[in-house]
Amino acid sequence: MSLWVDKHRPKSLDHVDYHQDISERFSALAATGDLPHLLVYGPSGAGKKTRVMGLLKKLYGPSVEKISTKSHKFVTPSKRELELGVICSAYHLEVTPSDMGNNDRLVIQQLLKETAETQQVDLNAKQRFKVVIINEADSLSRDAQAALRRTMEKYTKNIRLILLTNSTSNIIAPIRSRTLLVRVAAPTEQDIVNVLEKVAAKEHVDLENTKTLEKIASHSDRNLRKALLTLETLYTFAGSKTVSENTPIPTPDWEMVIGRIARELVSSRTPATLLAIRSLFYELLSHCIPPSTILKELTYRLIPVVPANLRVPLISAAATYEHRLKLGAKYIFHLEAFCAKVMVLLEE
Amino acid sequence: MQSFFAKSQQAQKADGKKTSKNKAPPPWVEKYRPKSLDDVSSQDHAVTVLKRTLGSANLPHMLFYGPPGTGKTSTVLALAKELYGPELMKDRVLELNASDERGIAIVRDSIKNFAAQKVVAPKDHIAEKYPCPPFKIIILDEADSMTTDAQSALRRTMETYSAQTRFCLICNYVTRIIDPLASRCSKFRFRLLDGNDALARLRHVSDAEQLSVEDGVLEKILEVANGDLRRAITILQSCSRLSGESSAAQNDEDGDATMAETRPITIADVNETAGVIPTETLKAIIKACKDSKGPIGDTVPDILVAVKELTYSGWSSAQITSQMHDLIITDVLIEGKEKSKIAELLSVTDKRLADGADESLAMLNLIVGIADVLGAAK
Repeated sequence: MSLWVDKHRPKSLDHVDYHQDISERFSALAATGDLPHLLVYGPSGAGKKTRVMGLLKKLYGPSVEKISTKSHKFVTPSKRELELGVICSAYHLEVTPSDMGNNDRLVIQQLLKETAETQQVDLNAKQRFKVVIINEADSLSRDAQAALRRTMEKYTKNIRLILLTNSTSNIIAPIRSRTLLVRVAAPTEQDIVNVLEKVAAKEHVDLENTKTLEKIASHSDRNLRKALLTLETLYTFAGSKTVSENTPIPTPDWEMVIGRIARELVSSRTPATLLAIRSLFYELLSHCIPPSTILKELTYRLIPVVPANLRVPLISAAATYEHRLKLGAKYIFHLEAFCAKVMVLLEE
Repeated sequence: MQSFFAKSQQAQKADGKKTSKNKAPPPWVEKYRPKSLDDVSSQDHAVTVLKRTLGSANLPHMLFYGPPGTGKTSTVLALAKELYGPELMKDRVLELNASDERGIAIVRDSIKNFAAQKVVAPKDHIAEKYPCPPFKIIILDEADSMTTDAQSALRRTMETYSAQTRFCLICNYVTRIIDPLASRCSKFRFRLLDGNDALARLRHVSDAEQLSVEDGVLEKILEVANGDLRRAITILQSCSRLSGESSAAQNDEDGDATMAETRPITIADVNETAGVIPTETLKAIIKACKDSKGPIGDTVPDILVAVKELTYSGWSSAQITSQMHDLIITDVLIEGKEKSKIAELLSVTDKRLADGADESLAMLNLIVGIADVLGAAK
């Protein structure tokens, strides 16, 4: 049994529920048979991947859905062996080079080149080129991006790249100018409600009224994936009972912990609290919550509770420490420094 | 057996047909590169000087510098073509750009070897048509990304082989070229393209491709491209692909290709392709910052909502920063003092984004900061 998110994922461009204009554009591109390199960007849960898979299906037909996973071995210049999982069909490959951390350049140089240098084997294939999807392109290192630039130009005959990313800010300009930018905005809350209604009807979820769905949508941060997962969770929790407006939407544990940190910060401003908060931070970090998410969530929670005149310095401090967090090596220093700074602000 | 061969031949034929059909047309940037020096628009100074050298068959080492998309590479390629003609160009010109490995090893081996080769007299039928001066040209594109070591290794090479080789260095930032190299070259500065010249060029491309564009679209493209003609042409091509223009025209003969709907290119297409945020959205934010009443802290939650909306729409923060800058600097209603404060905020934000900081926090900080500055001014 698969999750609803996957089960009800639209299988073709004609069936997606919103952003019809993007689907039309993709269909037009697929019809020309000359696909440029694409850079698809938008927030997570907006449906980037769904649309790209729809595009592939338009390009190659249904056989593109027969996917298998392979693991590819890489040898670094220092003779270390690394492995990377690659999802592939006869016509496309999907990689997440950022899994390799600093060695992502190798993926571009070795795997992509290997793919690029071989031609499509299947003579009946609709297109002469293969498509390579690169996930999380914004976390590619500069080196990898520079290597990509060269590969992109050299092998246009055999491969087309589709880069998926949350933001174009970290993509170097030469790549941006070589790709066609496609923006996939997050669905509006109404869009989400519509989709939820559809899925609920298909799954025979017993709904009291659509208010519940609206509530889920407003809690979803405009992330369709999150909304669908929430709906499924509610349904599983409720069992045979009706899912009603009053069913509480479960908050993830980590958000609750951050809420607690925020409360403690505001209520008592002593070194002892700082110490207590430290252990909470460590707990969050050991559960793999990204430090910048922690800091961001904490800031958002602090904004409403601090006095109005402190909000500007608070945000400025948050931005500063988040920046340092990215540059520095040890997260806890910056998280704690931020807390201490907030305490000082509150004391003044 | 025979039938098997026949089949494979057939397959090959089909294959051949398919490749020719699917052969990607060249990017317009390459297709419409100026063919001769006369075609190069807007760079009168460089063109006049270079034309004079055409007659005298003597060429100094050259250093072209200027912002991207102003025609540096095009000029030197056009020059080479006029000097040697397309046939001889292959032997006489070596072009290296940043995508080629250009460490010190390459300078020592490849470049030196090419530079050291003696020039062979051209065949008569070529010599009749083109000046064919007795030297080769090495073009080092994007020379500012060469390491200092590689540049130093080039110094002596340039002098030793000057009898048969001329160098042409192309770069965006002349300051990144080490002095000893710069002093060996005669420098040409390429200006940003003049609005009218660029527009004429863009119109030429769009007419040649038989595009139907709405009024003001070409102007908008130029505005977005900031004087970078290459970017402008790329945007135009992407737009035409999206609106299904050129493709429909190409596949017509086959008849089997589904006719993509054709429609004229609109300004919205340009904005979407270039990833430009509609000015109205940003203006609304700036206006809200200006109009905010009472202490700034109270408006922070509203700003938070606006920033989240921006992030949800998927706009790139770097783009927001740069467009915000354009809007604020040209806004006559903001005092100089405030502008300089905001400029500082923008620069800090830009640095943070470049370092990979979280986008929504950086944006929140920027917009709250702007609101704070503007609010304090009242």
